[in-house]
Amino acid sequence: MTGTEPKTVPFPLRVPGEPFPPPRYEEYRRREGLVPTQLPNGNRVWLVTRHTEVRAVLTSKKISANPDREGFPHISDTMGVPRQEQIPGWFVGLDSPEHDRFRKALIPEFTVRRVRAMRPAIERTVDELIDTMLAAGNSADLVADFALPVPSLVISTLLGIPPVDRDFFESRTRTLVSIRTSTEQQRDTAAKELLRYINRLVGIKAQWPGDDLITRLLATGSISVQEMTGVLMLLLIAGHETTANNIALGVVTLLLNPQWVGDQRAVEETLRFHSVADLVSLRVAVEDVEIGGHLIRAGEGVIPLAAAANHDESAFACPHAFDPARTERHHVAFGYGVHQCLGQNLVRTEMEIVYRRLFERIPTLELAVPVEELPLKYDGVLYGLHELPVRW
Amino acid sequence: MRITVDSDRCVGAGQCVLSAPDVFDQDEDGLVVVLDPRPAPGEHDVVQQAGDLCPAHAITVNED
Ligand code: HEM
Ligand code: SF4
Repeated sequence: MTGTEPKTVPFPLRVPGEPFPPPRYEEYRRREGLVPTQLPNGNRVWLVTRHTEVRAVLTSKKISANPDREGFPHISDTMGVPRQEQIPGWFVGLDSPEHDRFRKALIPEFTVRRVRAMRPAIERTVDELIDTMLAAGNSADLVADFALPVPSLVISTLLGIPPVDRDFFESRTRTLVSIRTSTEQQRDTAAKELLRYINRLVGIKAQWPGDDLITRLLATGSISVQEMTGVLMLLLIAGHETTANNIALGVVTLLLNPQWVGDQRAVEETLRFHSVADLVSLRVAVEDVEIGGHLIRAGEGVIPLAAAANHDESAFACPHAFDPARTERHHVAFGYGVHQCLGQNLVRTEMEIVYRRLFERIPTLELAVPVEELPLKYDGVLYGLHELPVRW
Repeated sequence: MRITVDSDRCVGAGQCVLSAPDVFDQDEDGLVVVLDPRPAPGEHDVVQQAGDLCPAHAITVNED
């Protein structure tokens, strides 16, 4: 540790016109220790950019994921995304052991085997959306017409939303994540409508059990009816825009690297390469803790940057190359530690089906605008595309 | 090589099953079970990978 104050770097990290991951990450990784930045609210927090240190933060028992704690790095007033104090059951913001009760109850719904059983339903959803696009002409916005509805419809299948309600569910979830085309008030209304709907659905399942996730979770007896709403909202929000962004960016990458179309290994590599959840795992130190030889004091915020870790050359050979044949699989696109993405196997299956069916059924798929003109989401929490104009 | 797992730590991410499906499985509750605690040499690489990928450090690999 050196005595001199390290230089504070600017926030936000993503700047319009710059590529992603930001070239500055490379410089941050080379610095000794951690990198201080200042959030819009004035708080000073530590950025963590190297792979080993990102993993160390995400497995440290002295570091908390609880947004109610003093010093937690709130990077924005994440609209529509509730907090634990507002909505019980939002367990991504709880630490062990409180967190584990929810996680344990949900694990059986996301096993490799269970997800495999969902394949036919996912294939049907994907094919129907492709049918609709093909029927509508020879061009589309692949974000609005495909990447957003796929995960929303898959989640509604997972949650056991009755088919008659799926359009409602899909339209409200779409509003929630469309920061460009919806107003704050519209997003607020959509979030409230979804909460009310999910509340009602849980009430119905409590009275009339079915063969679905909600019924099974209630039957475990470890999650209350009240907490169920938070759990289900979390599944919805955690699984929607994340997946949509990865679909859209992955399609662009495959269009630019057509030699990898049809290769299943491309799925894992799009996750590492794009790291859409760069700014998702936010943490705060509960006690003084040393990470990579650097002291983080109790109450200081910590932001492990997934995209920085996933492009760390000491963890991945030629990290900036899109190379599905690489053998390193230890990317942190899904986080690490006890909060590592619960939906990851669902994502892998979904992505595999999406890329395969899209290019099988629309072999002439191409970008309708030059790649430099694609509107990148430098303004949201997640990295992605606002629109993806394509034609065939 | 000898594998031990701590299913109390397991968070059901399924990384082990994806890496080494002949060695690891998930039980009814989604928690890790070891199918083959003394895997053949041909499996050693993927078992090492599973041990590294496990986000909860629930897998211990002993080289004896
Ligand atoms: C490409 C798509 C996805 C990405 C990149 C992604 C990424 C992540 C990341 C980075 C975390 C860790 C958050 C933290 O450390 O605080 C996480 C947690 C979580 N994800 Fe995902 N996710 C994706 C899709 C999904 C899907 C489809 C679902 C479910 C339907 C899902 C459900 C969850 C849940 C419930 C958690 C919290 C787990 C816990 O706290 O134990 N995710 N995800
Ligand atoms: S990888 Fe680790 S946490 Fe995930 S199922 Fe296997 S043992 Fe459990």
